[in-house]
Amino acid sequence: MSDAQADPALTGPLTTADGRPLKAALARAEARSKRRAFFLVLPLLLFVVVTFLMPIGQMLAKSVNNSGFYSWKDRDAHVNVPLMVDLRGWFDDNPVGTVPDEAAYAALVAGLSHAREVKAIGQIGTRINYEVSGSRSMFTKSARRAAKLEPPFKEALLDLDDDWDDPKLWGSMRNASKAFTIDFYLSAIDRTRDADGNIVKVDEDRAVYVLLFKRTLILSAVITFLTFLLGFPIAHLLATLPLRHSNLLMIFVLLPFWTSLLVRTTSWIVLLQSQGVVNDVWVSAGLIADESRVQMIYNQTGTIIAMTHILLPFMVLPLYSVMRPIDPSYVRAARSLGATSWTAFRRIYMPQTVPGIGAGGLLVFILAVGYYITPALVGGSSGQLISNLIAFHMQKSLNWSLAAALASLLLFGVLLLYWLYDRLIGIDNLKLG
Amino acid sequence: MALPTYATPLEKIWHYAYLVICASIFLFLIAPILIVIPLSFNAEPYFTFTEKMLAFDPTGYSTRWYDLLLTFGMENPDSVPRDGSWWADAWENAAWINAAKNSVIIGFFSTILATCLGTLAALGLSRPEMPFRRSIMAVLISPMIVPIIITATGLFFFYSATGLANSYLGIIMAHATLGIPFVIITVTATLVGFDHSLTRAAASLGANPSTTFFKITMPLILPGVVSGALFAFVTSFDEVVVVLFVAAHDQQTIPRQMWNGIREQISPAILSVATILVVVSIALLATVELLRRRSERLRGVSPG
Repeated sequence: MSDAQADPALTGPLTTADGRPLKAALARAEARSKRRAFFLVLPLLLFVVVTFLMPIGQMLAKSVNNSGFYSWKDRDAHVNVPLMVDLRGWFDDNPVGTVPDEAAYAALVAGLSHAREVKAIGQIGTRINYEVSGSRSMFTKSARRAAKLEPPFKEALLDLDDDWDDPKLWGSMRNASKAFTIDFYLSAIDRTRDADGNIVKVDEDRAVYVLLFKRTLILSAVITFLTFLLGFPIAHLLATLPLRHSNLLMIFVLLPFWTSLLVRTTSWIVLLQSQGVVNDVWVSAGLIADESRVQMIYNQTGTIIAMTHILLPFMVLPLYSVMRPIDPSYVRAARSLGATSWTAFRRIYMPQTVPGIGAGGLLVFILAVGYYITPALVGGSSGQLISNLIAFHMQKSLNWSLAAALASLLLFGVLLLYWLYDRLIGIDNLKLG
Repeated sequence: MALPTYATPLEKIWHYAYLVICASIFLFLIAPILIVIPLSFNAEPYFTFTEKMLAFDPTGYSTRWYDLLLTFGMENPDSVPRDGSWWADAWENAAWINAAKNSVIIGFFSTILATCLGTLAALGLSRPEMPFRRSIMAVLISPMIVPIIITATGLFFFYSATGLANSYLGIIMAHATLGIPFVIITVTATLVGFDHSLTRAAASLGANPSTTFFKITMPLILPGVVSGALFAFVTSFDEVVVVLFVAAHDQQTIPRQMWNGIREQISPAILSVATILVVVSIALLATVELLRRRSERLRGVSPG
């Protein structure tokens, strides 16, 4: 007894062999293995931050900031030249809605001739042209003579082009001189500002974006429903067949999955175009007359058919992985208790497949909302989705900030769905083949 | 799934109707992929079966579109005989061959990058003590979920600001990012059934961590790593949007060349490329399937 009392190891807190308290030693070991796990992930995390998160962050920044009106990047000297300095000063001194006075026109003329000197006038005109169409040529034309203008500048400018006193033009110049703007988001939801800076709807004939967002959502829902309609029977068949047979049939699902997207889209063009295989078969079978071939491609129908085909594996695979482990004895038990086969299916089998339907449906919907390649190739004009419009503004109209705003809205929607998917199904349950 | 003996006549009819429905859905899945193969041998520049083809007349078939893949873009495509200099000309100048070279170079390096980083991360992510496991996983998978047009838009701004635009390095990095989710998913799936007592046994027998990794862990997860790498390669090999946005005009890849071909002057040469790609994807699918079975056998999971 007395020996035990003398030994602190037995009476005090438990310690390791080298005398440290066991609790501290365990905490240290756990912290070390945590660090070790984290350091394995770190290189990839850094890589993804640089090649994915930072570009997306830059896109978000671009959507609320367009410096085209007040800053010019000199490619040779690698410096940023401020533009329209005096005019921005005038905007700061005078509140919204002030009628531009002679000082404002003088500042504008000085800004125009300076911008022409540093060859930035095209950029300024383009920036204002996003909101006031036709103003680009007005800027370049007036800037060419700006250096020679004599005061009073108001009359001089109005002589060159009588649109220079347009309050809408001044309103958009005021907006464009701010570093932070939500105007591109307003354009992306078919809103604009009137001369006093109030948010109003754009004219009916220029409102395209809300319509396109709606169409994207509706088409994605239709495609999701179709993939469910086609995917459910074959997933059920694959799940109930013996593994040897189902693995063989699974090739039919996996081969499209592995085949190039462009190949599958090309095939649908070949099949569906008016001189294509499907129409030829129908004509030779006497179903339709040769003159009345059905236009199934380069319109919404083409987009729906091709995208349903392309996204079908993403519905079948999650459904299959949920259906495979379902015990068939439940349905047999229901039948033996007197349920008809339809009741047994509806009340017993179907509820057990709901997790698979949720997983497949969400995945297909998420992928469909952002689809670009297939609608671009087979969609014609009526089958275009919001992604195609983003690409249009990036490559053709070069209104990059508007493209970024549209992309940010789309990104927000997709991330919401992704969060939901992670919440309901868990991202680590995603399976491929 | 056999029909139970107590099935009513109506149920029997429905059962066979159901099989017919399933067969037609399978046809819907596979027919568009197989239809391009015979059409690519069309002797005429049409996208449908000619009467000669339907009658199996040999003159209705030709390999002229495959020949066009070789000669298109060559300096002297018509010089006969096709000797060494002709092939050298094709190798140097033919548009499709150059596109294939670019695709392979970009695909190879982005696969290496994605596989190395992804496997390392998957090893960390599958450890139970990994902090913020779920959120980090969600971030790493997101390149697969975020619409490609958004990624391409972001990369366009980022690369023009950093000078990576129009460079191979930029495309390779972007494609690696797109392939990483596939590597992570397949490798973590392999690691789910991984028996950690094996590594502890190795450690207790005196192996240091790197020996344990290369002698014990690696051989067991290799099938998952390889199929992840194949997924990453296919992702890069099939990617066109990022290439359209950030690559230089002369950096053609196979999908970009196809994209241009479909949009501008669609010719049956596209179908012969498509046929080659279908054959490649059949080979890849077979490889992945074999690897999956091997992995299941290695880990003692039920044989497929």
